[in-house]
Amino acid sequence: MDTSSIPQTLPRFSATLDPASMAEIRRAAATGIYDIRGGGAKRKVPHFDDLLFLGASVSRYPLEGYREKCATDVTLGTRFAKKPIKLDIPITIAGMSFGSLSAQAKEALGRGASIVGTSTTTGDGGMTPEERGQSKALVYQYLPSRYGMNPDDIRKADAIEVVIGQGAKPGGGGMLLGQKISDRVAEMRTLPKGIDQRSACRHPDWTGPDDLEIKIEELREITDWEKPIYVKVGATRPYYDVALAVKSGADVVVLDGMQGGTAATQEVFIEHVGIPTLAAIRPAVQALQDLGMYRKVQLVVSGGIRNGADVAKAMALGADAVSIGSAALVALGDNDPALEEEYQKLGTTAGAYDDWQLGLDPAGISTQDPELAKRLDPVAAGRRLANYLSVLTLEAQTIARACGKSHLHNLEPEDLVALTIEAAAMAKVPLAGTDWIPGLSGM
Amino acid sequence: MPAFDLATQSKRDLNQRLHNLPADTNETHWTVANPAGEHAIACGLDAPLTVEIQGHAGYYCAGMNKLATVIVEGNAGVGVGENMMSGTVHVKGDASQSAGATAHGGLLVIDGNASARCGISMKGVDIVVKGSIGPMSAFMAQSGNLVVLGDAGDALGDSIYETRIYVRGAVKSLGADCIEKPMEAKHKADLRRLLDAAGVGPEVSVDEFKRYGSARQLYNFHVDNAAAY
Ligand SMILES: Cc1cc2nc3c(=O)[nH]c(=O)nc-3n(C[C@H](O)[C@H](O)[C@H](O)COP(=O)(O)O)c2cc1C
Repeated sequence: MDTSSIPQTLPRFSATLDPASMAEIRRAAATGIYDIRGGGAKRKVPHFDDLLFLGASVSRYPLEGYREKCATDVTLGTRFAKKPIKLDIPITIAGMSFGSLSAQAKEALGRGASIVGTSTTTGDGGMTPEERGQSKALVYQYLPSRYGMNPDDIRKADAIEVVIGQGAKPGGGGMLLGQKISDRVAEMRTLPKGIDQRSACRHPDWTGPDDLEIKIEELREITDWEKPIYVKVGATRPYYDVALAVKSGADVVVLDGMQGGTAATQEVFIEHVGIPTLAAIRPAVQALQDLGMYRKVQLVVSGGIRNGADVAKAMALGADAVSIGSAALVALGDNDPALEEEYQKLGTTAGAYDDWQLGLDPAGISTQDPELAKRLDPVAAGRRLANYLSVLTLEAQTIARACGKSHLHNLEPEDLVALTIEAAAMAKVPLAGTDWIPGLSGM
Repeated sequence: MPAFDLATQSKRDLNQRLHNLPADTNETHWTVANPAGEHAIACGLDAPLTVEIQGHAGYYCAGMNKLATVIVEGNAGVGVGENMMSGTVHVKGDASQSAGATAHGGLLVIDGNASARCGISMKGVDIVVKGSIGPMSAFMAQSGNLVVLGDAGDALGDSIYETRIYVRGAVKSLGADCIEKPMEAKHKADLRRLLDAAGVGPEVSVDEFKRYGSARQLYNFHVDNAAAY
């Protein structure tokens, strides 16, 4: 019988066992090791895009876009520190380690942040002179590994950030693969060259909030109560974590959602542990309000901030400031389509390159290879970052003026509605066109 | 000789005064009475002073010490000498957990016992404990020497890097990637130097010690070691 005329079923991929899952199974079967990569969660989760601003109308009036002031300044560390940090814009550069990033990239971050009057942050692996030299306000991270931890650097810093967790991997430590351990990185971390460097997931000399309180007291004593002390947590149980950070004596709480980038973490960790930034902000603010500490202990939110609308939305939900990592790297030149040919050689494509752990970055950012790192001009890259930070600020101001606010801090949840039921429930704002906040009002 | 009394003066004032001393100060020998277990006494020092604490100290005594000699006449709480860079910290009693954690340099001497996680993540400090140490000591220890005249608890040197451990008594168990290593002449000389520095006389012979260090099998990830990570 001639079968050519019989209609055929189309080849059909499983939605469950999809091509990406199968490729990962084959990769795992061939190598026996989990996938490690950089960046943040790549899957779609409820995010700031699911929120809209209402803007002024008959019941509220807007501010004139080019005439009326919309202030953007913020002061961090007003609770206990003798020398709080005053920033011109509420967008800071998040902690990214020297080791994961080249010295040039760290310098560029410092330059860009300083041009627009904001702060930058060290990371696992200590403080480099390039970064200190180029950063007007530098936050010094105090991490479990204590790699490169030096009291002289603490005294040089403008604030201290006790890192408990990161949104990309709450509850996880770090890993810098041997390939990225240059002489300089090895020396700063007091380890032999070329070996994998594991960063512990717990601090070596304290456990729990009662100890943290004493640890913060020690840091204050060492720095004579001058410097603000931040506590950074990955978003998991934000209400309790923020409350305990406040109880422990933090001046500032940094809250990092699951979309937040990382230098190198297991894919399974990045995609499956922690909660979205959108879901974390309101419980954190609630904790501060319940303790009477809202605006007294400042809240810095990070994880997936890309544009001025994201900045404005995070602030409307209650953040005092935001912090950016991945987007800042893109502004420096990460994943630039101009380098497509080289990304192809690495088996990927511009925009998707995330093997930052391998140190082969053609953009010279996530590498310790001196030849690759040389490609990044810290002055030009710093300028690009400054431009980008200015745009974020202008965009956030545009929205705030449209909502009739003379300061970004005056944005409020009442300015927002949600496009989806999920986002409405997480952000605790009404679904657009309704007065329904799932979990709060009505059914 | 400046004398400070924590029964009537505040720790904040004490630390501030110690921090404010100019590098060429003549006030180099301080006593601190009635410490009563206060936390963060004499931390963040950065000058060649001697500070004698006449009693028990709480957490993080002499934390991040540089150059100074800090003597605790009694016991010390969690994290004594944590992240010290140089100088000497001497505890005449016992020390709690995480003594000398992440310390980069200098000498930490504990006349009594030290609890769990002694020398955790140590990065170059020399630690001499005249009594015994608790479990998980020298976890992820990177560099420096840990000398123990008594016994060591479970999982000694787990995930150790390049720190050298010398134990005179029994080791309850070794952690992942930590093994006994031969005592060569240079190790004996090194150990003698450390014992001398800690005031341990010739009645304790270096021949009584065993040396432990890294097997270096976990330095680069390998599938077949997955269970050890
Ligand atoms: C390359 C890279 C390195 C990082 N290193 C650190 C680090 O050393 N310490 C830390 O607390 N967070 C680190 N992070 C996380 C950032 O501080 C921040 O939480 C995150 O990037 C914010 O989310 P975003 O990337 O979506 O802006 C790193 C992130 C990246 C992208």
